[in-house]
Amino acid sequence: MEYKDYYEIMGVKRDATQDEIKRSYRKLARKYHPDVSKHSDAEERFKAVGEAYEVLKDPEKRAAYDQLGANWQAGQDFKPPPDWDAGFEFSGGGYTAGGAGAHSDFFDQLFGQQFRQAGGGGRRRTFHMRGEDHHAKVLIDLEDSFAGATRSMSLHVPELTEDGHVVTRERTLNVRIPKGIRPGQQIRLAGQGAPGMGGAESGDLYLEVAFREHPLYRVNGADIYLDLPVAPWEAALGAGIKAPTPSGGVDLKIPAGSNQGRKLRLKGRGMPGKTPGDLYVVLQVTLPPADSEEAKHLYEQMQDKLGFNPRATMGVA
Amino acid sequence: MNEKDTSTPAVELIDEQTTFTLVELCRSCAVEAELIEALVEQGILEPMGRRGSHWCFPASSLRRTRITLHLQRDLGVNLAGAALALELLERIDALDARLRMKIGIHQDIP
Repeated sequence: MEYKDYYEIMGVKRDATQDEIKRSYRKLARKYHPDVSKHSDAEERFKAVGEAYEVLKDPEKRAAYDQLGANWQAGQDFKPPPDWDAGFEFSGGGYTAGGAGAHSDFFDQLFGQQFRQAGGGGRRRTFHMRGEDHHAKVLIDLEDSFAGATRSMSLHVPELTEDGHVVTRERTLNVRIPKGIRPGQQIRLAGQGAPGMGGAESGDLYLEVAFREHPLYRVNGADIYLDLPVAPWEAALGAGIKAPTPSGGVDLKIPAGSNQGRKLRLKGRGMPGKTPGDLYVVLQVTLPPADSEEAKHLYEQMQDKLGFNPRATMGVA
Repeated sequence: MNEKDTSTPAVELIDEQTTFTLVELCRSCAVEAELIEALVEQGILEPMGRRGSHWCFPASSLRRTRITLHLQRDLGVNLAGAALALELLERIDALDARLRMKIGIHQDIP
């Protein structure tokens, strides 16, 4: 079991006042709230901060935690000394609402027992017989949506055991990804939520879909964007070239006189669906390197003969 | 505990055309109708149709309701604050999307 440095997680000194701890908690909770934060590990950090606050906000638990000593390093292998909490009385008080759910083993080892006896923990349950709906976010690849696919997904399901503990269960589920699903859309799996009580029907499982970064394509709603490098002469003179698309290579005609950043639209080649999106090819004029005598000579010829000044309209001669 | 499920359950796509009734929305977010009414009052949710059982909520209502509940529960934000946060979050998402398009345009220029 790893030692957790709750002061470090909270970003305060060991002698911080309760007010300082509260202020720091509020700030960090806003910063790492999974619905607000763009950090990739926001959820873990939010939970860690919630757990640290759980201990530090409560003078009894804080005193007990402090008693473990300041010489531990975060991540160090930790075993609580026998009777480490002798002489401390815990009056309970429940998990912080935000931290409801699985705490670390470290927390459970130190405070879990007292909590359960004090009747804390556990979320308020509604008395509906039907099981609760569960919600989760999943990451898929563009190709999964483009062609439709069935993917095996791992979900962490918080579950309330009969004696009131919250445990996290890992569940692997085969999910059919509907063709053409877009980032932000959801999939509903009927009956795959929490089981109903007393033989009633189970809740549903909602999966919100996000796309992994793709090396070639970016998705915006139903449209797909592709940056396509072209040589200066292809852009200037026009050319027939091959462009990749998620459904395979296509022949593309570059109009003469195209410039850097020109967007070419391939209608209906975006995400499939009732109204399929478009594929936008964004031209990236790419210069050949002047790395040989011949190449330098060609650039010099252009310089001498074209009389081209890209800054002609900027008021500098 | 690890549970493997080898079956492939039926799925239903929830897209922009999907709508929820008041009952469905309450059920999937595990809230009372009064809360949904308060969210409508606050402009967080914008159902179509007449009040009550005729209300028809767009698919985005699910996400908006859940985020509001989380902000309330975890950060102590009131409904007006949640409404503001949602609007700002959506603006950030829109800006992020635009930024992604822009970055793409410039990143490969030597």
